[in-house]
Order: sequence, then C-alpha cells, then structure tokens
Amino acid sequence: MSNDDVTPARPEWPLYEVFVRGKRGLNHVHVGSLHAPDGEMALHNARNLYTRRNEGVSIWVVLAENVTASSPDEKDPYFAPSGDKVYRHPTFYPIPEDVPHI
Amino acid sequence: MSTTAQEAPPGADEALQADFDAKIAANQRIEPRDWMPEAYRRSLVRQVSQHAHSEIIGMQPEGDWIATAPSLRRKAILLAKVQDEAGHGLYLYAAAETLGVDRADLTERLIGGRQKYSSIFNYPSLNYADVGVIGWLVDGAAICNQVPLCRTSFGPYARAMVRICKEESFHQRQGYELLMRMMEGTEGQRAMVQDAVDRWWWPSLMMFGPPDVDSPNTRRSMDWGIKIDTNDDLRQKFVDMTVPQAEKLGVTLPDPELAWNDERDHYDFGEPDWDELKQVISGNGPKNAERVERRRAAHENGAWVREAATAYAEKQRSAREVAV
Repeated sequence: MSNDDVTPARPEWPLYEVFVRGKRGLNHVHVGSLHAPDGEMALHNARNLYTRRNEGVSIWVVLAENVTASSPDEKDPYFAPSGDKVYRHPTFYPIPEDVPHI
Repeated sequence: MSTTAQEAPPGADEALQADFDAKIAANQRIEPRDWMPEAYRRSLVRQVSQHAHSEIIGMQPEGDWIATAPSLRRKAILLAKVQDEAGHGLYLYAAAETLGVDRADLTERLIGGRQKYSSIFNYPSLNYADVGVIGWLVDGAAICNQVPLCRTSFGPYARAMVRICKEESFHQRQGYELLMRMMEGTEGQRAMVQDAVDRWWWPSLMMFGPPDVDSPNTRRSMDWGIKIDTNDDLRQKFVDMTVPQAEKLGVTLPDPELAWNDERDHYDFGEPDWDELKQVISGNGPKNAERVERRRAAHENGAWVREAATAYAEKQRSAREVAV
C-alpha cells in the first residue's frame, strides 16, 4: 500500500469523438475527443469542454471504435481515381465569352 | 480521429522515413495514423503531456483565490478562467492520446513525480494582485509560447493550440484590466501590484526555458516542426511586448538592465537566475511538493465520482437491455 504509484480505481471509459454544429445551416465538424462512461455523459462533458463560448448549437458524440476510416496514409492511391477526371470540373469546358449566364 | 499511431513493418522504415521527411519539408501536418519516427512520437508525448500537466497544475495558484474574490464579478471571471485551464488540459491530454498514450497513465506519471510541468506554477500566489499579474505576465508569456505552436507539425497538437490561444487572450486581458483597476485605487493597492510584478517578472521570463546554449533538444525539435522559435527568441519577444504594457500600467519591471537598444531594435534585459530555474525544475521550488500533493489528493478524492459514473452508466445499459 505504500507504493507511490498506486492510485485508486481507474475505470476504463471508452473514447468518444465529438462533432459540433457551429450554427444552424452548417455541418457538424469534428472538434476533438473525450472519455466518458456512456454517450449521455459524453454529451454532457462535450458541452462543458467544447462549447463554453457559444461555439455550437448541436453536438454529436460517436464512440471512436465505431468510426470506420480509410487507410492510415491520408494521401494514398485510395483517392487517386478522382485525380485524372478533369472533365468533372466546369472549367474543363471552353465556352465563348459572349454566351451569357453560363 | 484519435486512433493510435501505426507501427511500421520491418524493412519499410526508409520509405516511410522519406515520406515523413517530405511532409515536414512541405510544411504539411502529421496526423495520428501516419507513420512517424519513434523519437518524434516520444518527443511529442513528452512535450504535449507536460503542456497538459501545466494547464492542470496551473489551476491551483489562482484557484486558491476563488473563494475570496473581492466581488461577484471578479469571482465569475476567475471561475471561468480556472475552468478554461481545466479545458486546456483536457484538449492537450486528448491530443497526447492520439500518440498512443493513456490519459489515466499520464495523470499517474504526474502525481508520481515522473513527469514535469511548467516551473512557473511552483511559485506562491500571495494575494489578489497576483491573480492580475498571473493573467498579464504568466498568460502573456504562455501566449508568446503558444501562438507559434498553432503551426506545429503534429495536427492534433496544432488544433488544440488554436483553441487554447483563442481562449488565452481573455485570460491576459482580464488580468491586465484587474491591475488597471487596482492602479486607480489607493496607494496600498498600487504597492500590492508593484510587489506582485516584482515577484512574478523573473519567473515569467524563465517560463521560456533555459537559454539556447543550454537547450540541447531545440535544434531537433525545430527540424521536426514541434518547436517553432528558440527559447531566447521567444523571451525577447515577450520582453518587447511587455515593457510598453508595464509603462501604460505605471509599474516598474524589476530589472535595472532593461533598456531600449536602437541598434538591435529590441529591449536589452538582464539575465534571469538560471540556478533558480534549475532548482525549481528539479523539484525544489517553493510550492512543488504542495502542487503535486494537491493534484494527487484531488485525483484520489475524485475516485468515487468516477466509480459512480461508471456504475450509473452500467445500470442504464442493463435497464435498456431489460427493456428490449
């Protein structure tokens, strides 16, 4: 009992990712994460932690383990297919200057 | 996402290292699931967790004065500020966790004396003028340190710093405003402000760490983009910013060598007592033992709350399962 490093109960609370809608009309955006024993308390803690200054009108919390993500490297060939499809952009199509409203 | 950094398969290190170096060179952010050199990860864990601990321990010197705030207005402000420090600690612990460490473990390292926090919080806060001076000088120095870190190479750390810096400005301004009010007061109140400035000035300069010649890891941390400016550069910047504020306030900074240098376009200033900094960092400051002991007591006395929350969540889950 005299060991300095012994500390009391350390419940394993899962990690939640927190998403906040800044104002009506905007998407929820990931703002960070926190630990909580359940979703309800995660929401409560997220309110205190991430919206102390009116930063949001709505919060989502999602168990981090429930997030399915693309591969670790964020610039890998997974996103390559969109790279060579320039015809998906409006600027690909030359239109004479004198054609109005296009 | 706060997923743990991945281990590299053996043999692939060189390509991964090259990719990492290229990202750093291109001033891109490293994200938690990217490969990173183990030394980079370890350095960051140390830096981010010390930073988190500093925020948490930093609640104590000012928290002492909440109960005796001179007005309801000052009390509300101080409560909000101390609550912010707790929030800053949590943003940073969350950033540290994306590097594969556990917050509970970091807390145990702090209260076991195995990890450090900013030297400044080992000085006592003796009266309410200290609350103002801490906001002005200590949070001012923290801002100097932290603003460049918004561009640090590790994404979660940089994002936490952005949030923190936004809130830190309130901390500094409430302190300066408090001091302005006191300076408009009685002779005795002005003397309190001057006394607090005399006590906090040198420890504030020490917050930037040892002089560059004594800071062996600076070069490597700067190459990695987890440190942006050297200790001495930041200290100079802080002095340059603060001297005009002191003049406006009507206090004297306790340094006879302080003088504007036209050639350098900076203020010259005296050398802090580096032996004192070493002493405080190695645990012999006036309040080291008390700060850590108080953190330990808070952690241990809060155990029942964590247990109760866990039990409540469990009960709710079972109730839902029964209902289904």
